[in-house]
Amino acid sequence: MTTSNLTEELPAQRKGDDETPVLEVRDLHVEFKTREGIVRAVNGVNYSVKSGETLAVLGESGSGKSVTAQAIMGILDSPPGRVAKGEILFRGQDILKLDEEERRKLRGPKMAMIFQDALSALNPVFSVGNQLGEMFRVHQGMSKKDAKLKAIELMDRVKIPAAKARVNDYPHQFSGGMRQRIMIAMALALEPDLIIADEPTTALDVTVQAQVMDLLAELQKEYAMGLILITHDLGVVADVADKIAVMYAGRIVEQAPIHELYKRPAHPYTRGLLDSIPRLDQKGQELYAIKGLPPNLLKPPAGCAFNPRCPKAQDICRTDVPALVPVTERDGAELVGRASACHFWKEQIHG
Amino acid sequence: MGSYVIRRLGQMVVVLFGATVVLFAALFVLPGDPVGSLGGDKARDPAVVAELRERYGLNDPLPVQYGNFVKNLAKGDLGEDYTQRRPVTEILAPKLTNTAKLAVLAIVIDIAIGLLAGMIAALFRYSFWDVLITLLTTMAVGFPSFVIGMVLLSTFSVKLQMFPVIADGSFNSMILPAFTLAILDAALVARLMRGTMLEVLKADYVKTAVAKGLPRRTVLFKHVMRNSIIPVVTYLGISFGSLLGGALITEAIFNWDGIGLALVMAIQQQNNPIIIGVVSFGVLVFVVLNLLVDLLYAVLDPRIRLA
Amino acid sequence: MTELTKSTADSGTAEPAAGAATATANAEPAVARITQWGEIRHRFVANKLAVVGLVLVAVLFLTAIFAPLLAPQDPYHQDLTNTLADPSSAHWLGTDALGRDQFSRIIFGTRIAVEVGLASIFLACTIGIVIGALSGYFGKATDSVLMRIADVFFAFPLIIGAIVIIMAMGRGVMPVIISLAVFSWPTVARLLRSSILSVREADYVHAARALGAGTSRIIIRHIIPNSIAAVMAYAAFSVGGAIVAEASLSFLGVGVSPEVPEWGNMLAGAKDFLGVKDYLWVYPSIAIVLTVLGFVFVGDGLRDALDPKLR
Repeated sequence: MTTSNLTEELPAQRKGDDETPVLEVRDLHVEFKTREGIVRAVNGVNYSVKSGETLAVLGESGSGKSVTAQAIMGILDSPPGRVAKGEILFRGQDILKLDEEERRKLRGPKMAMIFQDALSALNPVFSVGNQLGEMFRVHQGMSKKDAKLKAIELMDRVKIPAAKARVNDYPHQFSGGMRQRIMIAMALALEPDLIIADEPTTALDVTVQAQVMDLLAELQKEYAMGLILITHDLGVVADVADKIAVMYAGRIVEQAPIHELYKRPAHPYTRGLLDSIPRLDQKGQELYAIKGLPPNLLKPPAGCAFNPRCPKAQDICRTDVPALVPVTERDGAELVGRASACHFWKEQIHG
Repeated sequence: MGSYVIRRLGQMVVVLFGATVVLFAALFVLPGDPVGSLGGDKARDPAVVAELRERYGLNDPLPVQYGNFVKNLAKGDLGEDYTQRRPVTEILAPKLTNTAKLAVLAIVIDIAIGLLAGMIAALFRYSFWDVLITLLTTMAVGFPSFVIGMVLLSTFSVKLQMFPVIADGSFNSMILPAFTLAILDAALVARLMRGTMLEVLKADYVKTAVAKGLPRRTVLFKHVMRNSIIPVVTYLGISFGSLLGGALITEAIFNWDGIGLALVMAIQQQNNPIIIGVVSFGVLVFVVLNLLVDLLYAVLDPRIRLA
Repeated sequence: MTELTKSTADSGTAEPAAGAATATANAEPAVARITQWGEIRHRFVANKLAVVGLVLVAVLFLTAIFAPLLAPQDPYHQDLTNTLADPSSAHWLGTDALGRDQFSRIIFGTRIAVEVGLASIFLACTIGIVIGALSGYFGKATDSVLMRIADVFFAFPLIIGAIVIIMAMGRGVMPVIISLAVFSWPTVARLLRSSILSVREADYVHAARALGAGTSRIIIRHIIPNSIAAVMAYAAFSVGGAIVAEASLSFLGVGVSPEVPEWGNMLAGAKDFLGVKDYLWVYPSIAIVLTVLGFVFVGDGLRDALDPKLR
């Protein structure tokens, strides 16, 4: 394999310190200046991903899940957006303190992103071979010819049939699923330590969704990358994710290992999301829907942002913002990796 | 692609054929005498008129006249002009070169100023430069070419004496007419460029390019530029095709010895063969350029399927 | 537990939602009818350039109507003892080579500008709307024949085509109007045709059809209003273009008769005194520029007001 120094050191790092997360986000605040005022899109988010681990970030549109991802990648639209506070540690180093050129060099070889809609995320006027090869040309100074060979190799890797014949085709000539594979190939090109997938299957047909998701999971395992999977669909993540962070109005409201969350949610919002998944065994019953609308981030409600929609809201919920606190068993025994930002998490989880 | 080109060529022939009908109808069928229509003040000698009518076959029945007209036009034979009795093609050839020089320089100015101004305005949106460029390009639309020509001529030639007042065919004497011809289009190119570039900058694929870790110049000059340029190229192609209309005025103001000036003089001398020659040429150039622009569009944007 | 949440949530949401739905359903049509034009007017007025344009156009129209009252002298009156006089209290903007009062000629020049600008574009829009509507509505063979005809007239650069027609008809106001209209209508026809085609495929038209609206109702209620908007903005914009074209023709000596007070004629006469008697071309130029900008601003403002997406 022709690889640069950058990629050669990676396996060593991966084996080296399993306990240091690839990525750790600490108390991240992101705000947007708009004509109507300042929108606080992300309000103190904390999460981390280790090598080979998959973190699912769940939330409605406007919950701040994509904005967090863009802040990590350093591709926020700024202005109007800016990171107001917080740290983003990549392998222990705060990348917010790096200058733009150093940040740029991380994008591609160290961290990569897969976007939701591959049709609009791929440049319509360049062939896919050109766009894939660009990663090698720009980051590794590879020749055009070698870069194209690498592009074909990548397309094979993500199981695009007849890669060699299709390398000069344009994005619009591929089907949705194939296009998303190309996006995945592009993100994987330089074998980064971290991949952020922003709703990678939302734009796809249901039948194709599973294929793409499986491919992503398979490649992630193979390269032992950290994966942040952003989604609004609880159904997608069950099989792939190790842990989950549920976001609401720019905050994490619940964190848990994936199966724990399904079994025993510790936040009424999570409960509502779970209840709104259609289930075959409840056919004929009316489907649950969380009432009301997502909050207006210009004027977030006082107290817990979820209180206007919460079926169990009390007076305290309308005045005090609940902190994200560790969730324990009824007897106080620790539940590893679990936390909830609800004043009444005990009632929620233990009934 | 092949069948599309053939169909478009077919359409082009139909349009050109239609244009000859319009031209022929205007010059030979509508009331008014082709050898003396504009001569209100200086009527021709009846003997000369009779001779000209005979010589140019104007006494033949209309269908015969039309047949000859189209036949000669198709052969590129524009006949002899009325005043010098020389083949029209021979008279127009050097003038055409002069107009082409002017047009090419004008397009270069369009591209240079228009693209640059549009890019600056888009990249530094709402900055001082953006406001200035937007203001200037908005105002420019209100300035007809004869006003621009007179402003430039009186300022730079007469007052500052930077350029010759009378065109002598030198590069120096080309600059003012070329600017006169270019300013309006440059302003429109700048506005177009600003608009499309602002759209493109918002596109997801630009975000992807940044997320790929490409340097800013690669993002801008490869991914943004290549997409922003498509409508501009289309516009430039069409405006190049219609430069002849502007050349008419510009050449008249600067006495530039091109086909525009030839047309103006031919109108004053009622020299129909020259008029027919210049008008036919103008229409031909316009139609051919339109076809080329459509084909170029398909080359620039792979999503366009020619069918 | 789950059951409980559900039932409370259901009864909680159902009521207000249903109430809100009926309320909006009742209010919407009335509100929409009142506000649609109000909204457009609001957006137009909010656009400062459009208001400036409107003022300029209003001044132009008023000047044209009251020209005989405003002009201090007869614009045709020659005073060969007082030619090329510099601006003075007797002749505010000086006199030309034949001793005619410049200021009065500029005032009367508004009449030709308004007359030619409005008449030629009105004619072009009439032809264009009829042909475009036929083409867009019938499609198929009618469409291709009409569009080829439009292509033919579109292929002539405006000034050059106009010259050909004027050669046949002779100089004068009428020939200028007709010749400009003859080569301007294809743009209107194409505009109307393409907007009819796009509106015909629009979801809300499908929706109207699905609701049982007849073809004529769809055309009158949905297609025409949406298509006419584009034509109106184009028309306002093009009046400026037509005035420039008319002045260009006169400047080249093929427009209205040379003795008529008209801006292109004035500039043609001023050309020989460039650098010597600059006031001869500067003031008519200012008149043309302000007029054209007026119509351009109104056109831009209308376009933005009618379809904010086009900004």
